[in-house]
Formats: sequence, C-alpha cells, structure tokens
Amino acid sequence: MQSEPSITPDAGLQPSAAPFWRDPAKRAIVFQVAALLLVASVCYYLFTNTQANLERQSIATGFGFLETEAGFEIGEAMVDYSAADSYADALLVGALNTIKVSFIGVILTVILGTFIGIARLSSNWLVARLAAGYIEVMQNIPVLLQLFFWYAIFYETFPSPRQALNPFNGVFLCNRGLIFAVPEAHAAHTAMGWVLLIALVAGWGLNRWGRRRQALTGQIFPIIRVTLALCLGLPLLTWLFYGAPTAMNVPELQSFNFKGGITISPEFSALLLGLVFYTAAFVAEIVRAGIQSVSRGQIEAAMSVGLRPGQVLHLVIFPQALRVIIPPLTSQLLNLTKNSSLAIAIGYADFVAVTNTTINQTGQAIEGVALIMLVYLSFSLSTSLFMNIYNKKMVLVER
Amino acid sequence: MSNPTTKATREFLKPPVTEVGVIGWLRSNLFNNWYNSLLTVIVMLLFWQLIPPAFSWAFVNSVWNTSAEVCRETDGACWSVIPQNINFIFFGFFPEDQQWRPGLAMVLLIALVVYSKNRNHWKKSLGIYWLINLVVMASLMYGGIFGLPVVETDQWSGLPLTFMLALFGIVAAYPIGVILALGRQSKMPAIKTLCVVYIEMIRGVPLISLLFMSSVMFPLFLPDGVTLDKVLRAQAAIILFSAAYVAEVVRGGLQAMSRGQFEAADSLGLNYNQSMRLIILPQALKIVIPPTVGVLLSVFKDTSLVVIIALYDVLKTTKVTLSNPKWTSYSTEAYIFLAVLYFICCYAMSSYSRKLEKELHTGH
Repeated sequence: MQSEPSITPDAGLQPSAAPFWRDPAKRAIVFQVAALLLVASVCYYLFTNTQANLERQSIATGFGFLETEAGFEIGEAMVDYSAADSYADALLVGALNTIKVSFIGVILTVILGTFIGIARLSSNWLVARLAAGYIEVMQNIPVLLQLFFWYAIFYETFPSPRQALNPFNGVFLCNRGLIFAVPEAHAAHTAMGWVLLIALVAGWGLNRWGRRRQALTGQIFPIIRVTLALCLGLPLLTWLFYGAPTAMNVPELQSFNFKGGITISPEFSALLLGLVFYTAAFVAEIVRAGIQSVSRGQIEAAMSVGLRPGQVLHLVIFPQALRVIIPPLTSQLLNLTKNSSLAIAIGYADFVAVTNTTINQTGQAIEGVALIMLVYLSFSLSTSLFMNIYNKKMVLVER
Repeated sequence: MSNPTTKATREFLKPPVTEVGVIGWLRSNLFNNWYNSLLTVIVMLLFWQLIPPAFSWAFVNSVWNTSAEVCRETDGACWSVIPQNINFIFFGFFPEDQQWRPGLAMVLLIALVVYSKNRNHWKKSLGIYWLINLVVMASLMYGGIFGLPVVETDQWSGLPLTFMLALFGIVAAYPIGVILALGRQSKMPAIKTLCVVYIEMIRGVPLISLLFMSSVMFPLFLPDGVTLDKVLRAQAAIILFSAAYVAEVVRGGLQAMSRGQFEAADSLGLNYNQSMRLIILPQALKIVIPPTVGVLLSVFKDTSLVVIIALYDVLKTTKVTLSNPKWTSYSTEAYIFLAVLYFICCYAMSSYSRKLEKELHTGH
C-alpha cells in the first residue's frame, strides 16, 4: 500500500505515484474483473438451480430428442412431412414456413411501402391524405390485433366451401382459404424456370457491360427494357417450344373441401396480410424520408444538364435516396421476420409454433428456447453483417 | 389614365376565380394535371362504392346496447358486444365488487399523464409524483392495506394489466438501459463486450422468445420452493427486452453529444460519475426524450403479445368474450373497438413525441 506519497528530492517536479484506486488503468481492471465475476456467479447460480430442478423433475437434457418421433401433424408443409418423422424434420418444416412467410412478406412490404411512401408525397391532396391516414392508423394498432382481425375476417366472414365466393373463373374464396387453379405440372415449367434464371443472369451481365460502356463512351444502353424483354421473351419461347401446354389443374368441390389447384390457408393469408399491412406503414415513412432527403438542387441540376424525368429519377434521385432508405429499411424487414413469430397466435405452423409444440411434448424448454433464439439471431446477425458491408460500400467519399 | 397597365389599375384586377377560393384549391390540389385528375376521380369512385355501405353497417343498421338475440336480427354492426361485456373486457377476472380499485388506478394514471404533458410541470417533484403514483396504483391493485382484500396478481387482467405491464416495463427498463448504454460506450473492453452482447442478443430475437423463456424456462432457474407468478415473470421479460431498446436510444443521445462537453467536464476535474451525472446525461437524456416516447409506444403495443403465454391482457379478455357462443360472430366489432382504443393511446403518444421533438429542437 502506497498510502503516503514517497518523498524524494525532486518531489516538486515528479508527480508522486498515485494509490492504485486513483489510477484509472488499475481501477478499470478491478471494475472489469468485478463485473465478470458478478455475471459469472449469476450464471453459475442459475445453472446449478436449473441442474437441480431438471434432475428433480427428471427432464432429459441435450438435443437427443431431435432424433425421436415427433408424433404431431403440421397443417402446411413445404417438404414431405408426417407425424412419424422426427422432431428435427418438424422443426425444419417450421423453419421453412417462417422463411416462406418472411420472404413473400418482405417482397410485398417493399412494394406496398414504396407505393404508399410515394403516394404520401403526391401532389394530389386526396391521395396524400389517404396515404398519411393509412400510415397513422396502421402504425398505431398492435400487429397482433391486426392478425386476429384478418384471421377473424377469413374465418367468420367468408362462407363455407359449399357457398365459396367465386370472383373469377377458377378462383374460390372461402373459410378454408384462397383456392385457385394452376397450370398442370409439365416439363415445360421446369425448363421455363431455368430459362428465367439464365435470363436474369444475362441481365446482370448486361447491366455491368452497359455501365462500363457508358463510362467509356457515354452511350446509354437500354438495359432495363432489354432485360425485361429477355425475362419475358425467353420463357415464352421455351413454352412455345414445348408445344404450349395449357392444361390447368382446376380446383373442384368434393363433399366438404376443394380438391386440386393451390390452396393458400387462412392462417397464412391472415399472417401475411397483417405483417405486410403493418410493416408497409413503417416502410412508407422510410421511403418518404429518403426521397425528401434528396435536395431540390440535385433534381434541378439533373434537369438542367438535360436529363429526362425518368433519368432524373433513375440516375439522380434513387441512388441518393437509397443510401438513406436501405439501413432503416433492413431493420424494418428484420422486424417483419421477427414478428412472423406471432404466427403461433393464429395457428400457422412457423418455427416458434412448432418449437412450442415440441417443448410441450418433451418438456425440454431450455433447448427449445435456445433453438428459437439461435434461429432468429442467425437471421439478425447475418443481416447486420450484410448491412455493414453495404454501408462500407455506400459510404460517401468526402473530399 | 389611358394606359391599362399602370400600377393603379393593376391593383384593382382580382385574380381569376380559377386561381383562388374553392375552385382554385381544387384545381391546384386535385386536378392540376390529367394524371392527378384521373387519380382523384378513381379515389372518389372508390369512396362512393365503399363509404355508404360501411356507414350504414356501422351507424344506421347497427345496434348499440342490446342482447345477443336482437343482434342476430340486424344486418348492421352489433356494437352491443362491447357494452354488454365491458366489465370483463376492461377488468377481466378482477373480483367484481373490487373493480373500482383498478378503475381508480386507471383514473389516477390518466390524470398524471395529462398533468405531465405540460412541460412547465417537468420538475423534480414530477418524478416523485410518478413514484408515489406507481406505488399507490400497485397497492390499490394488490390490496392488503387499509382493509382492502388482497387480489393476487394472477387475477390482474384487462386494461390495467396492459397499462401496468407497459408502464412498469419502461420505468424499470430505463435505468437498466442507461447503464447498458454507458457500458457500451465504456473504454473497458470486458464491460463493453458484456453490454454489446446483451443488447445485440436481445434485439436480435423476437419478444415471443423472451416471453416463452419467462413462462417455461424461468421456473427452472429458481431454487426449489421459490415461485414467481406468471404476471411478474412476463413483466421481467418485458423489462429485459425494453432495456436493450432503451439502451440503443440512449446511446444515440450519448453519441450526439459533442466531444467538447466530455473534454470540458474532464478539464473541470470531474471524475467519471460526476461528469456523467452533472454534464453528459442531463443533456443526452434530454435529446432522446422523443425517441424514448417511441420506445414506450412500442412497449405498449408489444404488451399485447402476452396473449400468447395466456396472460389476460385486454386483447385476451376480448378473445375470451368472443369465445362465448352468444357473441362469437361479432369479432369484427370487438376488434374494431380494441383497435380504436389502442389507436387513441398510441396516437396520443406518437403525436406528443413529435410535438416534443419540435419543441426541444433548439436549432443550432
């Protein structure tokens, strides 16, 4: 202990050594060790309690249960699944369902949100007020209530399959969901999918080539139009090449339900509608703020160098607005993914719902909750990783 | 004065009628080009199609306070589902003869909220009023003093539960959030890592997973013989969840502070605690008042998620009402009522937050 300052001949010039509790560096070490010890002891306490509780209630630990038979059915599965499959299969089905609703939801939300965000800025008073009203109402009602509302509409307002609404030929709307006709399975469709993929890759390559050519020569190549023509034209040609198959798989009423066609369940529709309508309100505000962040001078400058209105939008407004839009947009879309876990409240078999059933059957709550957290954390962390890369790429080069 | 373009004559010329008044407004806001005119006509047609039937469903053909039997005879909305079940929707399983207690607690809460909206009342005493109010509300609900019979928390339900989960959630989460934010800005690597891991982990998972944790995992954490009831466990989950979001909001405030403030505090010889308490936090927390109201708003909306772990908040009591076969087909009406209720609360909060943002923005 150096409680008293050591007196040396040049004490007036040299600062005396401070006692260790006054030395920020040493104090920092003490604080950190104390914090770590505190966290570790809390964890240890919880761990021993849990161990004792698990032993007393004779609950198994570990992920061995994943291999055992699940024994419950799942309403809608994208891969083949039956009650005889293992818990791991059931959880996979749930995860795929989460990805399905999130993926479709994200696409629809971005479209609807952009549309409403632009409508909010419309010079048409009526349209702008309508968009503003939509945003206010949707943002201020809990998403779970909206899910219940849509689900109730599907379940109670729509008629039974026998009296199903039939707005278009081959489309039925009833309390079993939305049922519509799809083309009969044919080799042509697989080929069309591959051709579309090729067209998209070609469009991407074309985009790169077009940009480089523009940078070198100043000539603008109509990339969007050509890509669109490729994406529509090539699959159409393939379809004609296979002899233009037109057979349809039309849904037909059989005793109590429809057979054939594709059914979109009321649970899925309610979840999708609720998530999309709710999140689109937030996305609309983000899009509005992004567009407003581009200063008028930029637009005027673009017009004065002779760009056409479409080019002003495409070359000047969008690239700058996107810089502002993308970061909050990703966090909203991540919110949509996290909110898709509310599916459990209306009975859509997403990952959380399946895990919940698993917990109830096996009693292995810790493993179940850990799995839920792991899956959502991996979504979030990979998104933020992508965001960091994007932000680095998009950061303004300041001069 | 033969020249018509002299100044004096020009002053008497009124703008054409097509530029001012109602017609001018219509021309410039609704029909300023062919495209907008088309949009206006389409929207008007939609209104024409939708509003009259919706209006007659909700107001003309509707019944307001009747039995379920009368409802079955009408074509319109059956709003009766609400007044006929209002006690249950609002107070749930709280003993019927004691329902004045949560009612009074709600009135106290609303009175204090209205009082706090005025910024002239933002003094130290306001904080004390709030603490007193929270204690009074909790003891009114729980009872056990002044001869009030005890009402266990598992009987707390309906609107008071929604309000209390949100309110206690944010009040308890706030100090934790501030500490986490300070920890995240700290130069000590171990503390910083702990805080970052906590904040990012909580923000990366849905609230549902924490609520599950509180309902199925939490009992395993406690030593043998100790139990904590469901409401308190859910409250703990909401607090832990909101703390991470409060922390991010506060971090925004800390980052918005100029370096000069930190340096000035250091050069005055203040230590860390003093400089945070006296210089940094008062300014940083002021900046983040509007986004904090935003967090409160989302916590309030998120309390509805406790439905999933079978707590009886106002959404769940409504669902229970609707599960009564008498009322089961009037869910649209009940949900619209709830939506209006939530909307009023949330809209008040969000517009207040926007107003504060404008007022507190001192503009430099």
